[in-house]
Amino acid sequence: MAGIPHDHYEPKTGIEKWVHTRLPVVALVYDTIMIPTPKNLNWMWIWGIILTFCLALQIATGIVLVMHYTPHVDMAFASVEHIMRDVNGGHMLRYLHANGASLFFFAVYLHIFRGLYYGSYKAPREITWIIGMLIYLLMMGTGFMGYVLPWGQMSFWGATVITGLFGAIPFIGEPIQTWLLGGPAVDNATLNRFFSLHYLLPFVIAGLVLVHIWAFHNTGNNNPTGVEVRRGSKEDAKKDTVPFWPYFVIKDLFALAVILAVFFAIVGFMPNYLGHPDNYTEANPLATPAHIVPEWYFLPFYAILRAFTADVWIVMFFNWITGGIVDAKFFGVLAMFGAIIAMALTPWLDTSSVRSGRYRPMFKWWFALLAIDFVVLMWAGAMPAEPPYSTISLIGAAYWFAYFFVILPLLGVIEKPTTPPATIEEDFDAHYGKSTAAE
Amino acid sequence: MMKKLTLSALTALGLSAGAAMAAEGGHTHDVDFSFEGPFGSFDQMQLQRGLQVFTEVCSACHGLRYVPIRTLSDEGGPEIPEDQVRAYAANLSEIMDPELDDFRARTPNDHFPMSSLENAPDLSLMAKARAGYHGPYGTGLSQLFNGIGGPEHIVSILTGYTGEEKEEAGTIYYENTAFAGGWIAMAPPLGGEDVEFADGHSNELHHEAEDVAAFLTWAAEPKMMARKQAGFTAVLFLVILSVLLYLTNKAIWAPIKKRAKEA
Repeated sequence: MAGIPHDHYEPKTGIEKWVHTRLPVVALVYDTIMIPTPKNLNWMWIWGIILTFCLALQIATGIVLVMHYTPHVDMAFASVEHIMRDVNGGHMLRYLHANGASLFFFAVYLHIFRGLYYGSYKAPREITWIIGMLIYLLMMGTGFMGYVLPWGQMSFWGATVITGLFGAIPFIGEPIQTWLLGGPAVDNATLNRFFSLHYLLPFVIAGLVLVHIWAFHNTGNNNPTGVEVRRGSKEDAKKDTVPFWPYFVIKDLFALAVILAVFFAIVGFMPNYLGHPDNYTEANPLATPAHIVPEWYFLPFYAILRAFTADVWIVMFFNWITGGIVDAKFFGVLAMFGAIIAMALTPWLDTSSVRSGRYRPMFKWWFALLAIDFVVLMWAGAMPAEPPYSTISLIGAAYWFAYFFVILPLLGVIEKPTTPPATIEEDFDAHYGKSTAAE
Repeated sequence: MMKKLTLSALTALGLSAGAAMAAEGGHTHDVDFSFEGPFGSFDQMQLQRGLQVFTEVCSACHGLRYVPIRTLSDEGGPEIPEDQVRAYAANLSEIMDPELDDFRARTPNDHFPMSSLENAPDLSLMAKARAGYHGPYGTGLSQLFNGIGGPEHIVSILTGYTGEEKEEAGTIYYENTAFAGGWIAMAPPLGGEDVEFADGHSNELHHEAEDVAAFLTWAAEPKMMARKQAGFTAVLFLVILSVLLYLTNKAIWAPIKKRAKEA
């Protein structure tokens, strides 16, 4: 690995040298897990390991679930009940998989907001950030298609509503929707292709995760100060860092164990809390549920989707200048995807010269407001699309876009950042040098 | 800052579920079931009484299509002896056997019959397919303490008839305080003293309703006991592992932090 200077693997014995000259795999593993890591990383840097664990958990449980699941509209729902009742440990596998998705998204949101606060997206880590956003998009697709597989009411109607969004695209929308569904409506063809993709995409995610890790192993981790590790010499670098093994491996494993204790309590004692009761009723194309709601992890973006109704001035304006091509529905779709694209563009929207939010007195408040905004949107997304919730969604959506496209660019110009410490070592010593409580 | 963020994210997680189910209305009244909470377990006698109510009353119209009859003798359920289960199965309606190309008597390996009345929903998963609690403010946080409220909803429906009726387009609707919209097409199925319990338990309306709700909870979640057991073991193991990893982490970082103190 390029980047921070550190000791590399040296084959010593004959067999090590023999292997190393043919395939330097030991060196690859050694250099990966011994990577110099800023020693001041705080507890918000644990989510990467949690996410890696989630991916492995989802793939492992998923592969076994597939052995017992039948992707057919007449049999899918019953096959899930077969898993719950007849398959050894099947009920645990399914609950682990279903709640595992929730843990996955819970961790990814904290991971993303960590990046947004500490400026992890800034140069030279833009590619790490973009790949992360791609992973997040694929997670959304995978999660959505996975929710369709049990073929409950919410599976069916969720699929109908979400694929209907593509139908909102002018001119080419309907052919695209038909192509996605494999027919005019959500049916067996849809279930089969969603099943196929739900199995495929996690492996694409796994590939991207490797690139994500490769990218930040090249640039080095960001850290709470946003100050780079000194790279002048190995000695300087050593003052700022510790090797990933054992220091952060053990710390991350500790965090993982604590989070898994909570996770298993949810799986063991309230596995259906995060689900929707309607999904325990088999899909019925003739009976629309009173309320179609996506899973909790989609709610903030679902709220943005629904916020832009035909009576909002900006929607009317775009409708007018495009001669009616952009209607409220299409505007909502653009807003929803735009909200995610806005996050992906952060590296170029943030103009501040200081990386970490810790040294940005005004940014802190706007960021806190963004975090609150996210939670409010999540709540509004679950409520009926009527006042006052629609107004709340609209305000929340407006702030989301304002944060990325107005506040971030402006803050870099008007804000006077405080001075970050000169080195990571200085920050670490300041934290542990005084009589602060041990972790 | 990050602490705040974690907190808000946790709140968000709490919001999620319940959020989903704000729509349905109706009043649900709380029942203390033996199977509630991490340590609660099914009351075997109650499940057996519930099975009796289901068999003698509900099954006239409703089915349990996803429930294999043999599971009646499984551990953690009604635990009815296998010979009795065999007799019970034989007493149910006959089943079409594609191999015989004819009807034959049910065996424990078959499932319960499907609903015999077209508009009577199957009850296999009913205790999980309805939520009794939604609040506060549609956040669903109350479910953290009360549970989702499926069995309570069933009890509330069975005991929620006011006695009022109305006719609309040839169908009679019955007023029910627990049903969303207030009017249900199902005639009051229980009036109290509908069945005689062999264990001498009271057959007042609310007892019958609670017993059958408990039975339907088992029907929807037959592995509940095994699941709680697994959850408990996992949490215990992970708490011990957390303590060990905490101490390990503290020990390996100690020299690094000591150096910082001396700097």
